[in-house]
Amino acid sequence: MSAMAARISTGDVAHVARLARLELTPDELERFTEQLGAVLEHARDVEALDTEGVPPTAHPLPLVNVLRDDVVRPSLDRAEVLAAAPAVEANRFRVPRILGDAP
Amino acid sequence: MTGVSDTPGPLASAHAIAAGVRAGTFRAREVLEEHLARVEALEEDVHAFNLVLADSARMAADAVDADVAAGHDLGPLAGVPVALKDNLCTRGVPTTCSSLILGSWKPPYDATVVQRLASAGAVVVGKTNLDEFAMGSSTENSAFGATRNPHDLTRVPGGSSGGSAAAVAAAFAAVALGSDTGGSIRQPASLCGVVGAKPTYGLVSRYGLIAFASSLDQIGPLARSVRDAALLLDSISGPDPADSTCLQDDPPSASARLEGGVEGLRVGLVRELAGAEGISPDVVACTRDAAEALSGLGAKVDEVSLPAAVYGLSAYYIIAPAEASSNLARYDGVRYGMRAANHGTDAADITEMYLRTRSAGFGAEVKRRIMLGTYALSAGYYDAYYGQAQRVRTLIIRDFEAAYETFDVLLAPTAPGTAFELGAKTADPLTMYLNDVCTIPSNLAGHPAISVPFGVGDDGLPVGVQVLAPALGETVMFQVAAALEAAAPPVALPSILSAGRTG
Repeated sequence: MSAMAARISTGDVAHVARLARLELTPDELERFTEQLGAVLEHARDVEALDTEGVPPTAHPLPLVNVLRDDVVRPSLDRAEVLAAAPAVEANRFRVPRILGDAP
Repeated sequence: MTGVSDTPGPLASAHAIAAGVRAGTFRAREVLEEHLARVEALEEDVHAFNLVLADSARMAADAVDADVAAGHDLGPLAGVPVALKDNLCTRGVPTTCSSLILGSWKPPYDATVVQRLASAGAVVVGKTNLDEFAMGSSTENSAFGATRNPHDLTRVPGGSSGGSAAAVAAAFAAVALGSDTGGSIRQPASLCGVVGAKPTYGLVSRYGLIAFASSLDQIGPLARSVRDAALLLDSISGPDPADSTCLQDDPPSASARLEGGVEGLRVGLVRELAGAEGISPDVVACTRDAAEALSGLGAKVDEVSLPAAVYGLSAYYIIAPAEASSNLARYDGVRYGMRAANHGTDAADITEMYLRTRSAGFGAEVKRRIMLGTYALSAGYYDAYYGQAQRVRTLIIRDFEAAYETFDVLLAPTAPGTAFELGAKTADPLTMYLNDVCTIPSNLAGHPAISVPFGVGDDGLPVGVQVLAPALGETVMFQVAAALEAAAPPVALPSILSAGRTG
């Protein structure tokens, strides 16, 4: 449980925000660091429980693979779906550049 | 409850409305107009809805009346006005999750539960307000403003299904659907003096429910009576090929034994939750009164210990954010919803577009949970936080399994207190999270639980008590809930209805 020992820092929160594709103002960074620290601190109370050898539960019910017959069924209407997109070009979702300049 | 004669009264039950509409005693359109008049008069004060669907509701009600006139057999919710939490997809109708990031998105499909309500003859009155992406316990985390509690407009309705609970309490609709990830149906039901049930995980299809935490989310009913909640649940439960986590067997009936009483049933009062730190003494007293009432009706009531249950809160506030951080990664400004202004195509690159869109589109609580989840899943912390939380989840399930060897159902408080003042808990997220301590264990275990009004707190506001049951134990759970309801002190009308401002 040593990973829990250190309180989360502004550096950690800035890193996590970047991973989650969120941009924080300096004020937000301060406030979120304080608040996340308090929640994580509370989460440490589970250290009191002996979980040695206890298997993790990821899902409340046993999951079974669900298959359906391989038959053609109607799908969402393309025009209706594209009409909801912020930017469209030539029947496709349009996005800003995804690759950098060639070195 | 007001009796139904020629026309349904303001608090007519869904059962009475459907029976009257099917028999031609009154028309679905009359019922709807009576509800819409109340919305017109009181919605400005309550703000239960993100969107009132008066026009489409009138069309749906007229269609029901035309079917009755044509002699067609109608469904069990014929002409019943229903409100939908605004995280349930409605085709061609804005579905916002009370978030800016979905913009003016109109889903290209209906959620399965929305289709089932339509087949059952229900009339959708509107889409109700919620904490953004169902993350919250007060409906204050909405991009469109807070909902207010119909019993006291200075107080919160609870959350995240606060709009649905308020809509039912204020009789804007006879019944409503909500979703419950950590208590989001039961806690607002408790604070608004109505009934709210979270079914067994997998009992109700989640196709078209916008995901928050996929191993926990369930759709369920809110109603002014246990019987109406059971009717609504029975109308939406059952297998769905569109949701692979939906159970494939026929669902248990919630309505089957509502008159069965509790004679001989074994009821366990959960010691850790009934006396947990932070639970108000008045709530503890109501819970103990409920236990005594059941005992008086012939149930065998005893205390039971769920030692790991109180650790559910800590486990939940790792697991739910972890799943949310993954589920909410889909809001990227590419396929639907908003894209930050001036970054349609002129952002330096796609990463900058993501950053600006998500930072502008998500509110503070959603950002907190995404970051908490991302942190808990990140390298070096995964096992200490997420792994440990999953093992605690196992311990809680084991505690329940042991308890259900001795007991048919369990009894616990729903919320730690009555409705609190707007703004009272917004400054400190952890204080807000503590609202969920009694409701979370059922979500972690995937078990059903229902909150039934039972008495009032020191401030005169409603208190709910929970009946918990093992997986697929809906029949006995509703049976006990119905007995509890019958034994409960009468629920006072919300002040806005009793003030004589509407018929």
